[in-house]
Amino acid sequence: MRKAATVQELPGVSQSKTAVRSQTFVWSDLASRLRPYLYLAPALICFVLFFFYPIGSIIYLSFQDWSLINLEQMEWVGLQNYQDLMVDGDFHQVLGNTAVFTIATVGIGLTLSFLLALWLNKKAKVYGIIQATVFSPHIISLVSVSMLWMWLMDPQFGLLNAGLEAVGLPAYTWLTDPKSSLLSLIIVSIWKGVGYNTLIFIAGLQSIPGDIYEAAALDQSPWWRTLRRITIPMLSPTIFFLLIINTISSFQAFDTIAIMTQGGPINSTNMLVYYIYEQGMDFYNGGIASAASVILLILVGILTALHFLVMSKRVHYR
Amino acid sequence: MYRVVLASRKTVEWIGLLIVAFLFVFPFLWMASTAFKTMPEVRQFPPTLLPETWEWSNFAQAWESGPFLMYTWNSILVAVGILVLQFLTAVPAAYAFARYKFPGRNLLFGLVLIVLMIPGQVIFLPIYVQLSGWGLVNTLWSLILPYAASAFGIFLLRQAFMQVPDEVIEAARLDNASEWKIMWTIMVPMAKPVLVTFGLFSFIYHWNDYFWPLIMTNSDEVRTLPIGISSLHMSDGGTLWNVMMAGNMILILPILVIFFVAQRHIIKAFIYQSK
Repeated sequence: MRKAATVQELPGVSQSKTAVRSQTFVWSDLASRLRPYLYLAPALICFVLFFFYPIGSIIYLSFQDWSLINLEQMEWVGLQNYQDLMVDGDFHQVLGNTAVFTIATVGIGLTLSFLLALWLNKKAKVYGIIQATVFSPHIISLVSVSMLWMWLMDPQFGLLNAGLEAVGLPAYTWLTDPKSSLLSLIIVSIWKGVGYNTLIFIAGLQSIPGDIYEAAALDQSPWWRTLRRITIPMLSPTIFFLLIINTISSFQAFDTIAIMTQGGPINSTNMLVYYIYEQGMDFYNGGIASAASVILLILVGILTALHFLVMSKRVHYR
Repeated sequence: MYRVVLASRKTVEWIGLLIVAFLFVFPFLWMASTAFKTMPEVRQFPPTLLPETWEWSNFAQAWESGPFLMYTWNSILVAVGILVLQFLTAVPAAYAFARYKFPGRNLLFGLVLIVLMIPGQVIFLPIYVQLSGWGLVNTLWSLILPYAASAFGIFLLRQAFMQVPDEVIEAARLDNASEWKIMWTIMVPMAKPVLVTFGLFSFIYHWNDYFWPLIMTNSDEVRTLPIGISSLHMSDGGTLWNVMMAGNMILILPILVIFFVAQRHIIKAFIYQSK
């Protein structure tokens, strides 16, 4: 942002020289004033077409009764779609599943990542290799991750049950029992995401100045007190950032559900995005799907706003 | 005595590291191992660690179960097409944000940040409606156009452009270089590491994407690899785990190879999201 104004200053200076020249410079002045907008135009047009307009559109669509089969037939129904969602037991369950899934993946995932980061944040090469190893599931398609875990969780021939049986424990039904299906998805999600969070935590740990720790060591502060009084407070912006990012991304859970469970058994793993997909693309309830989208949008919007608020605070004490 | 304690602590630490590595690497190795087994061996108990007979034909079977050449070609077209368009839209936008002062700049940049934070899953329905109005649903365009601009790319490049010293640009301006030329021949080469980082991020993200192609397409001609692979488990007469795992190897191998080669860049690309 420093000295970004150099371009604009030039024409202004030359304008005062002669009347004739200033005539021509008005044009170049205008051109240089417009230039940044021209440069922004392609990207902004895309954002308007595929982001801002659709956001307005989804709100409008949520007040209509419509389906993808015949888009001509739209009927204004006001808040009817929202009312339908509020009394729909399936949707309540979807919200509940989403909440349980989010709290569990974010809570357990972040705790594990934090512990891993404290442990793996060392200079030796081995730790770098382990960091990359833990991170690797993050770059693999969720399609492959889902199918791989379906195989591991296969009730008859899966490795997880073979392992349980080998140590004398009973086999487990994992994905096909409504009692354990959501838990199974939570395990997959944590396994996939823990590496990303660990690396962000490590980046945060490394930005804490070392002299604070030296001072703590001089005071002979025990490790848990150093952790509670120094590490965690200094990491709080990172912790908050990860809470928001992980919550938003767990709201988006779709691929694992579509491939591993299709929302079942008996709706036990159905979550918001999958529900919207099902209602809109399979059952042709465009209105219901739109209203559910707006609810999701509001949830994500609140989190995003929170994030901006805290981020702008963060700038202050940097 | 002290030495013994130290040595045993080190052993515990090493065992711990091995367990962690095992938890994250072994599932992939298990996928690879299964991909080479025969179906009877897949169902064997206790399971074998390495295939007794190496069944290379699983890969051929997976590949021939659908028009996989077409899926692969579509995946490449979509991932590369998105990358090129994002590059062309992000460079000028990032240059404008980094190097000009103009009314509305903060507001417009705020809008970019909002795009960065709200996931596309929230608004896929209206985008579908819009694209179907233009007759683009079930074409490659429906997979490419919605991603033609990347808020993340603009954000990342803007930071890189801001770090180029002013002297470099002023020197170029004294040489009468046009703004357009300065942008493409001076700024872009100087931001090369960031461009590589962003390119890897974008390519991996769209190569892996399952949601968007599933929503926007319904015929083989325009579907991508993740969709093709995911349909492998719909076979009758019990799941052919070996063929399924072979298919998934086809999907993840390119990404794993890229990861081994450019590991540092990739981790940076994904971590950058947080800055």
